[in-house]
Amino acid sequence: MIPLSWYMALAAILFCIGVCGFLTRRNVIIMFLSIELMLNGVNLNLVALSHYLDSVRGQAFTFFIITVAAAEAAIGLGIAIALYRSRRSVHVDTINHLKG
Amino acid sequence: MFLQFFFGYCALMIIASGILAISLRNPVHCVLMVLVLFFHMAGLYLTLNAEFLAAVQIIVYAGAILVLYLFVLFLVSLREELHLDAFVPSAWLGRIIAAGLAVCLIAVIPAFSLGEKGVWTVEAIREATHTKALGQELYSTYLLPFEIAGVILLVALIGGLVLARRDHDGPDRGEDIGLTDSDNQPKEVQQ
Repeated sequence: MIPLSWYMALAAILFCIGVCGFLTRRNVIIMFLSIELMLNGVNLNLVALSHYLDSVRGQAFTFFIITVAAAEAAIGLGIAIALYRSRRSVHVDTINHLKG
Repeated sequence: MFLQFFFGYCALMIIASGILAISLRNPVHCVLMVLVLFFHMAGLYLTLNAEFLAAVQIIVYAGAILVLYLFVLFLVSLREELHLDAFVPSAWLGRIIAAGLAVCLIAVIPAFSLGEKGVWTVEAIREATHTKALGQELYSTYLLPFEIAGVILLVALIGGLVLARRDHDGPDRGEDIGLTDSDNQPKEVQQ
Protein backbone atom coordinates (compact mmCIF):
# COMPACT_ATOMS: atom_id res chain seq x y z
CA MET A 1 0.00 0.00 0.00
CA ILE A 2 1.33 3.38 -1.00
CA PRO A 3 1.09 6.04 1.72
CA LEU A 4 -1.20 8.97 0.99
CA SER A 5 1.59 11.45 1.62
CA TRP A 6 3.49 10.21 -1.44
CA TYR A 7 0.60 11.13 -3.68
CA MET A 8 0.21 14.51 -1.98
CA ALA A 9 3.91 15.26 -2.32
CA LEU A 10 3.84 14.33 -6.00
CA ALA A 11 0.76 16.50 -6.53
CA ALA A 12 2.47 19.44 -4.77
CA ILE A 13 5.58 19.03 -6.93
CA LEU A 14 3.49 18.87 -10.10
CA PHE A 15 1.57 21.99 -9.06
CA CYS A 16 4.82 23.85 -8.44
CA ILE A 17 6.21 22.78 -11.81
CA GLY A 18 3.10 24.36 -13.30
CA VAL A 19 3.60 27.55 -11.27
CA CYS A 20 7.23 27.72 -12.37
CA GLY A 21 6.25 27.33 -16.02
CA PHE A 22 3.55 29.96 -15.72
CA LEU A 23 5.91 32.45 -14.12
CA THR A 24 8.95 31.92 -16.30
CA ARG A 25 7.72 31.18 -19.82
CA ARG A 26 6.55 33.98 -22.09
CA ASN A 27 4.82 31.98 -24.81
CA VAL A 28 1.06 32.23 -24.28
CA ILE A 29 0.38 28.64 -25.31
CA ILE A 30 3.01 27.24 -22.95
CA MET A 31 1.45 29.32 -20.18
CA PHE A 32 -1.91 27.64 -20.85
CA LEU A 33 -0.13 24.29 -20.80
CA SER A 34 1.33 25.15 -17.39
CA ILE A 35 -2.18 25.82 -16.14
CA GLU A 36 -3.12 22.33 -17.31
CA LEU A 37 -0.21 20.96 -15.28
CA MET A 38 -1.45 22.77 -12.18
CA LEU A 39 -4.98 21.43 -12.70
CA ASN A 40 -3.55 17.94 -13.05
CA GLY A 41 -1.71 18.28 -9.75
CA VAL A 42 -4.99 19.22 -8.08
CA ASN A 43 -6.76 16.32 -9.80
CA LEU A 44 -4.19 13.85 -8.51
CA ASN A 45 -4.69 15.19 -4.99
CA LEU A 46 -8.47 14.88 -5.23
CA VAL A 47 -8.41 11.35 -6.62
CA ALA A 48 -5.90 10.16 -4.00
CA LEU A 49 -7.92 11.68 -1.17
CA SER A 50 -11.14 10.22 -2.48
CA HIS A 51 -9.50 6.79 -2.59
CA TYR A 52 -8.16 7.00 0.94
CA LEU A 53 -11.39 8.46 2.33
CA ASP A 54 -13.56 5.72 0.77
CA SER A 55 -15.64 8.27 -1.10
CA VAL A 56 -16.20 9.17 -4.74
CA ARG A 57 -16.70 12.84 -4.00
CA GLY A 58 -13.19 13.81 -5.05
CA GLN A 59 -13.55 11.90 -8.26
CA ALA A 60 -16.77 13.75 -9.08
CA PHE A 61 -14.90 17.01 -8.55
CA THR A 62 -12.11 15.76 -10.80
CA PHE A 63 -14.72 15.19 -13.44
CA PHE A 64 -15.86 18.81 -13.21
CA ILE A 65 -12.28 20.07 -13.22
CA ILE A 66 -11.63 18.19 -16.45
CA THR A 67 -14.74 19.84 -17.93
CA VAL A 68 -13.62 23.30 -16.88
CA ALA A 69 -10.11 22.62 -18.18
CA ALA A 70 -11.52 21.68 -21.58
CA ALA A 71 -13.62 24.85 -21.69
CA GLU A 72 -10.65 26.94 -20.57
CA ALA A 73 -8.41 25.46 -23.24
CA ALA A 74 -11.00 26.08 -25.95
CA ILE A 75 -11.64 29.70 -24.98
CA GLY A 76 -8.01 30.54 -24.19
CA LEU A 77 -6.69 29.12 -27.42
CA GLY A 78 -9.48 30.86 -29.31
CA ILE A 79 -8.37 34.16 -27.79
CA ALA A 80 -4.75 33.35 -28.67
CA ILE A 81 -5.72 32.69 -32.28
CA ALA A 82 -7.77 35.91 -32.44
CA LEU A 83 -4.86 37.89 -30.97
CA TYR A 84 -2.45 36.35 -33.42
CA ARG A 85 -4.77 37.09 -36.32
CA SER A 86 -5.37 40.72 -35.46
CA ARG A 87 -1.77 41.55 -34.55
CA ARG A 88 0.19 39.54 -37.08
CA SER A 89 1.74 42.56 -38.72
CA VAL A 90 2.38 44.32 -35.43
CA HIS A 91 5.15 43.66 -32.98
CA VAL A 92 3.65 40.97 -30.76
CA ASP A 93 5.82 41.53 -27.75
CA THR A 94 3.51 43.69 -25.68
CA ILE A 95 -0.11 42.65 -25.48
CA ASN A 96 -1.26 45.21 -22.95
CA HIS A 97 -4.25 46.91 -24.54
CA LEU A 98 -6.44 46.29 -21.51
CA LYS A 99 -4.05 48.17 -19.25
CA GLY A 100 -5.40 51.46 -20.63
CA MET B 1 6.05 -4.08 -3.78
CA PHE B 2 5.11 -3.97 -7.44
CA LEU B 3 2.67 -1.17 -6.67
CA GLN B 4 5.37 0.93 -5.05
CA PHE B 5 7.73 0.31 -7.93
CA PHE B 6 5.02 1.33 -10.38
CA PHE B 7 4.28 4.47 -8.38
CA GLY B 8 7.97 5.36 -8.33
CA TYR B 9 8.26 4.91 -12.08
CA CYS B 10 5.15 7.02 -12.76
CA ALA B 11 6.23 9.73 -10.32
CA LEU B 12 9.70 9.90 -11.85
CA MET B 13 8.31 10.13 -15.37
CA ILE B 14 5.73 12.74 -14.34
CA ILE B 15 8.30 15.00 -12.70
CA ALA B 16 10.85 14.56 -15.51
CA SER B 17 8.38 15.18 -18.32
CA GLY B 18 6.81 18.08 -16.41
CA ILE B 19 10.16 19.80 -16.01
CA LEU B 20 11.00 19.12 -19.65
CA ALA B 21 7.59 20.44 -20.71
CA ILE B 22 8.21 23.85 -19.19
CA SER B 23 11.86 24.12 -20.20
CA LEU B 24 12.09 22.92 -23.81
CA ARG B 25 12.36 25.65 -26.41
CA ASN B 26 10.16 24.13 -29.11
CA PRO B 27 6.46 24.38 -28.10
CA VAL B 28 5.56 21.20 -30.01
CA HIS B 29 8.06 19.24 -27.92
CA CYS B 30 6.51 20.77 -24.79
CA VAL B 31 3.06 19.53 -25.82
CA LEU B 32 4.43 16.05 -26.53
CA MET B 33 6.09 15.97 -23.10
CA VAL B 34 2.75 16.88 -21.52
CA LEU B 35 1.24 13.98 -23.47
CA VAL B 36 3.71 11.60 -21.80
CA LEU B 37 2.83 13.17 -18.46
CA PHE B 38 -0.90 12.61 -18.98
CA PHE B 39 -0.38 8.94 -19.82
CA HIS B 40 1.56 8.37 -16.60
CA MET B 41 -1.07 10.31 -14.70
CA ALA B 42 -3.64 7.83 -16.03
CA GLY B 43 -1.39 5.04 -14.72
CA LEU B 44 -1.43 6.64 -11.29
CA TYR B 45 -5.23 6.82 -11.41
CA LEU B 46 -5.22 3.08 -12.05
CA THR B 47 -3.24 2.51 -8.85
CA LEU B 48 -5.96 4.49 -7.04
CA ASN B 49 -8.77 2.26 -8.32
CA ALA B 50 -10.17 5.00 -10.55
CA GLU B 51 -10.40 3.22 -13.89
CA PHE B 52 -13.08 5.46 -15.34
CA LEU B 53 -11.06 8.59 -14.59
CA ALA B 54 -7.97 6.99 -16.13
CA ALA B 55 -9.94 6.41 -19.33
CA VAL B 56 -11.33 9.94 -19.24
CA GLN B 57 -7.84 11.32 -18.66
CA ILE B 58 -6.56 9.64 -21.80
CA ILE B 59 -9.62 10.30 -23.95
CA VAL B 60 -10.33 13.89 -22.96
CA TYR B 61 -6.94 15.26 -21.91
CA ALA B 62 -4.58 13.38 -24.19
CA GLY B 63 -7.05 12.86 -26.99
CA ALA B 64 -8.96 16.13 -27.17
CA ILE B 65 -7.27 18.95 -25.28
CA LEU B 66 -3.70 18.24 -26.36
CA VAL B 67 -4.79 17.80 -29.98
CA LEU B 68 -6.42 21.23 -29.69
CA TYR B 69 -3.10 22.63 -28.44
CA LEU B 70 -1.23 20.99 -31.31
CA PHE B 71 -3.67 22.41 -33.86
CA VAL B 72 -3.27 25.91 -32.43
CA LEU B 73 0.51 25.54 -32.42
CA PHE B 74 0.46 24.59 -36.08
CA LEU B 75 -1.91 27.47 -36.91
CA VAL B 76 0.22 30.04 -35.13
CA SER B 77 3.51 29.95 -36.95
CA LEU B 78 6.40 28.92 -34.78
CA ARG B 79 8.68 31.70 -35.94
CA GLU B 80 6.62 34.53 -34.51
CA GLU B 81 4.98 33.15 -31.40
CA LEU B 82 2.65 35.07 -29.19
CA HIS B 83 4.67 36.50 -26.35
CA LEU B 84 3.55 38.19 -23.19
CA ASP B 85 5.69 39.95 -20.64
CA ALA B 86 6.57 37.48 -17.93
CA PHE B 87 4.91 38.10 -14.60
CA VAL B 88 8.20 38.25 -12.71
CA PRO B 89 11.20 40.27 -13.82
CA SER B 90 13.67 37.41 -14.08
CA ALA B 91 13.29 33.70 -14.67
CA TRP B 92 15.28 32.83 -11.56
CA LEU B 93 12.86 34.74 -9.35
CA GLY B 94 10.02 32.65 -10.76
CA ARG B 95 11.94 29.44 -10.12
CA ILE B 96 12.72 30.50 -6.56
CA ILE B 97 9.05 31.33 -5.94
CA ALA B 98 7.97 27.94 -7.29
CA ALA B 99 10.61 26.08 -5.26
CA GLY B 100 9.63 27.94 -2.11
CA LEU B 101 5.99 27.08 -2.73
CA ALA B 102 6.92 23.42 -3.20
CA VAL B 103 8.91 23.36 0.04
CA CYS B 104 6.03 25.00 1.94
CA LEU B 105 3.43 22.63 0.50
CA ILE B 106 5.47 19.50 1.21
CA ALA B 107 6.41 20.71 4.69
CA VAL B 108 2.77 20.94 5.77
CA ILE B 109 1.81 17.48 4.47
CA PRO B 110 2.70 15.63 7.75
CA ALA B 111 0.25 17.86 9.60
CA PHE B 112 -2.59 16.58 7.44
CA SER B 113 -5.03 14.13 9.00
CA LEU B 114 -7.81 12.27 7.24
CA GLY B 115 -11.40 13.14 7.96
CA GLU B 116 -14.24 10.73 8.44
CA LYS B 117 -14.61 7.99 5.85
CA GLY B 118 -17.40 7.70 3.32
CA VAL B 119 -19.49 4.75 2.23
CA TRP B 120 -17.71 3.80 -0.99
CA THR B 121 -15.06 1.41 0.23
CA VAL B 122 -12.87 -0.40 -2.27
CA GLU B 123 -15.03 -3.51 -1.97
CA ALA B 124 -18.26 -1.55 -2.50
CA ILE B 125 -16.82 0.14 -5.59
CA ARG B 126 -15.51 -3.15 -6.89
CA GLU B 127 -18.90 -4.74 -6.42
CA ALA B 128 -20.83 -1.94 -8.12
CA THR B 129 -18.07 -1.23 -10.71
CA HIS B 130 -16.35 2.13 -10.67
CA THR B 131 -18.30 3.75 -13.49
CA LYS B 132 -21.63 2.91 -11.87
CA ALA B 133 -20.51 4.23 -8.49
CA LEU B 134 -19.31 7.49 -10.01
CA GLY B 135 -22.47 7.78 -12.09
CA GLN B 136 -24.73 7.26 -9.10
CA GLU B 137 -22.95 9.98 -7.18
CA LEU B 138 -22.78 12.30 -10.19
CA TYR B 139 -26.44 12.06 -11.17
CA SER B 140 -27.88 12.26 -7.67
CA THR B 141 -25.75 14.31 -5.29
CA TYR B 142 -24.02 16.39 -7.94
CA LEU B 143 -26.86 16.84 -10.40
CA LEU B 144 -26.83 20.65 -10.27
CA PRO B 145 -23.02 20.96 -10.74
CA PHE B 146 -23.36 18.46 -13.57
CA GLU B 147 -25.90 20.68 -15.33
CA ILE B 148 -23.70 23.72 -14.72
CA ALA B 149 -20.77 21.85 -16.27
CA GLY B 150 -22.94 21.26 -19.31
CA VAL B 151 -23.71 24.99 -19.52
CA ILE B 152 -19.97 25.74 -19.21
CA LEU B 153 -19.26 23.46 -22.15
CA LEU B 154 -21.99 25.20 -24.14
CA VAL B 155 -20.46 28.59 -23.31
CA ALA B 156 -17.07 27.30 -24.43
CA LEU B 157 -18.56 26.05 -27.69
CA ILE B 158 -20.34 29.34 -28.46
CA GLY B 159 -17.32 31.35 -27.33
CA GLY B 160 -15.03 29.38 -29.61
CA LEU B 161 -17.39 29.94 -32.53
CA VAL B 162 -17.62 33.68 -31.85
CA LEU B 163 -13.86 34.05 -31.49
CA ALA B 164 -13.20 32.14 -34.71
CA ARG B 165 -15.99 33.78 -36.72
CA ARG B 166 -14.10 36.79 -38.03
CA ASP B 167 -12.56 35.32 -41.13
CA HIS B 168 -15.85 34.21 -42.64
CA ASP B 169 -17.37 37.68 -42.86
CA GLY B 170 -17.52 37.51 -46.65
CA PRO B 171 -17.91 41.09 -47.93
CA ASP B 172 -16.09 42.70 -45.01
CA ARG B 173 -13.01 40.68 -45.52
CA GLY B 174 -11.06 42.78 -48.02
CA GLU B 175 -11.89 45.95 -46.16
CA ASP B 176 -10.83 44.33 -42.94
CA ILE B 177 -7.40 43.42 -44.21
CA GLY B 178 -6.97 46.94 -45.57
CA LEU B 179 -7.85 48.42 -42.23
CA THR B 180 -5.48 46.28 -40.20
CA ASP B 181 -2.71 47.27 -42.59
CA SER B 182 -3.36 50.94 -42.09
CA ASP B 183 -2.91 50.62 -38.33
CA ASN B 184 -6.52 51.32 -37.38
CA GLN B 185 -6.87 50.44 -33.72
CA PRO B 186 -10.65 50.62 -32.94
CA LYS B 187 -11.48 48.23 -35.77
CA GLU B 188 -9.59 45.36 -34.25
CA VAL B 189 -10.89 45.74 -30.72
CA GLN B 190 -14.05 43.70 -31.18
CA GLN B 191 -15.59 42.51 -34.39
